[in-house]
Amino acid sequence: MTATRTSAPTAPKATAPAITAEGLRKSYGDKLVLDGIDLNIAEGTVFALLGPNGAGKTTTVEILSTLIDADAGEVQVAGCHLTRAADAVRSAIGVTGQFSAVDNLLTAEENLLLMADLHHLDRREGKRRAKNLLRRFDLAEVAGRTAHTFSGGMRRKLDLAMTLVGDPRIIFLDEPTTGLDPRSRRTMWEIIRGLVADDGVTIFLTTQYLEEADQLADRIAVLDHGRLIAEGTAEELKQRIPGGHIRVRFADAQSLETAAGIFGIAARDEESLTLQIPSDGSIPNLRAVLDALEATAVQAESLTVHTPDLDDVFLTLTGQSRPADAVDSPKENA
Amino acid sequence: MATVSYAARDSRTMLRRNLKKAMRYPSLTLTVVIMPLMMLLLFNYVFGSALGTGISGMPTGGGDYIDYVAPGIILMAATSGALTTAVSVCVDKTEGIVNRFRTMPISRASFLTGHVVGSVIQTMTSIALVIAAALLMGFRPDATPVEWVAALGLLTVLTLALTWISAGIGLVAKNPETASNIPMPLTFMPFIGSAIVPTESMPDGLRWFADNQPFTPIIETLRGLWLGTGIGSSAAVGLTWCVALCLVGYVWARRTFKAGAKR
Repeated sequence: MTATRTSAPTAPKATAPAITAEGLRKSYGDKLVLDGIDLNIAEGTVFALLGPNGAGKTTTVEILSTLIDADAGEVQVAGCHLTRAADAVRSAIGVTGQFSAVDNLLTAEENLLLMADLHHLDRREGKRRAKNLLRRFDLAEVAGRTAHTFSGGMRRKLDLAMTLVGDPRIIFLDEPTTGLDPRSRRTMWEIIRGLVADDGVTIFLTTQYLEEADQLADRIAVLDHGRLIAEGTAEELKQRIPGGHIRVRFADAQSLETAAGIFGIAARDEESLTLQIPSDGSIPNLRAVLDALEATAVQAESLTVHTPDLDDVFLTLTGQSRPADAVDSPKENA
Repeated sequence: MATVSYAARDSRTMLRRNLKKAMRYPSLTLTVVIMPLMMLLLFNYVFGSALGTGISGMPTGGGDYIDYVAPGIILMAATSGALTTAVSVCVDKTEGIVNRFRTMPISRASFLTGHVVGSVIQTMTSIALVIAAALLMGFRPDATPVEWVAALGLLTVLTLALTWISAGIGLVAKNPETASNIPMPLTFMPFIGSAIVPTESMPDGLRWFADNQPFTPIIETLRGLWLGTGIGSSAAVGLTWCVALCLVGYVWARRTFKAGAKR
């Protein structure tokens, strides 16, 4: 297989999914990391895999990008079988991992030209692409500087630029903004939006930030302990908790404990001493909560009413699944 | 067809990457040269006259200790070059660029081939520098051009073997620090051989080890080629060691790379 130079999406949109996976499983030793993942990602969309640390996000990306083999499951990426046509998959994808994979001792331009050479582009075309990418990512001025002098944000941009040299149709971004300052994060978001709008690529994104998924993704799947516990658009997910919640903060752990006893389905955060009680935000509902608190004579420090956002979905979904799973489910990542 | 030419092309790209860095940061090559250079100075000027008088049958009749010790120390440039291979392979691994290469449609072999060929060129350069220094300090080989070619050829095969082994070490090491420590014993092995003093002067157990370890026959062969001392079976034994180590290193490194990303 040669690296193809596809620029416009050729396949019909609705009929050809970019990525499909069925029953994806992976364990390291007796540590189960992925416990049967199904995916169906349409071409030209942004898909976000959302989950806490150790949920199995990186493992999923590593499998889909041919880095590691799954123990079980059928996967097609860009219409090609993941293991039987691995090189065909590789020429269709681009991967930007969690840790920037740039050559620190080479300059920004040399890093891009290295990618061009490895994609077997001729010299002139390689130079042209490198130049365009440097301009596009605001790196033209530092093109001649070695990468080890770069800030985290610049490095991440260079990393993504290197991924784009091969003109991938599907791009995997594993926590693309983790560790970036808010400004660099915004820039990265703009770049990602641009990729979808201008180039029509498909993006598979992992993140632990709900805001990021909400901002960028067409569809979101929530991964927890190796299982997809919810999937849908940001709106659909928010509807799963119809009325948002009431957040009550307590002075000490004792009060939190007592209060948690009366509100059965509430999510508890020991660290910030808060309790999140599902609520539709209506006055009667609020009054009921206050009455219940009053009846137990627990002193609440403060109370805020939240309209639903993805955080609620996330906390409710993972919060409810965790206590039951915590005992037998393995924790990933050491 | 296409895959073969791509394999060569990808390996060349990887080699260019490594050589570019070697040229830009000559200190990487210099650190390899410094150790054998210090040894040369130390053993020639500090211990030289004391050790020299104790060695009977000095190579070139007249008997300068530098003639005895130079071949062994030139060989040390090969062992210390191996160290840098392990480190640079490991740095690529820990910085994640190896994983990037793995997700690209490129020849699987090219990454290691580029590293190994690059390192062999780098190490041979340092070997040349150490030879030059030895010549300046009075090393006087009487080798014919053919013997020179044979000596350099043997050093190249040895370097290739050590480099493949180090590439494997770089892949299994958790971090660059470990990668630079694991091959350390390699740099000491020549001392427990015939590099500095003849093995006859050692106590029995040690002498058995010194006589049978890979570096001794290689050093004896180099000495024979450069200075006309007896080679005997050393050439065959030394070369066999080199080829065997080379094969082991190659197979091991390739296999480790294949299994690679699986932590």
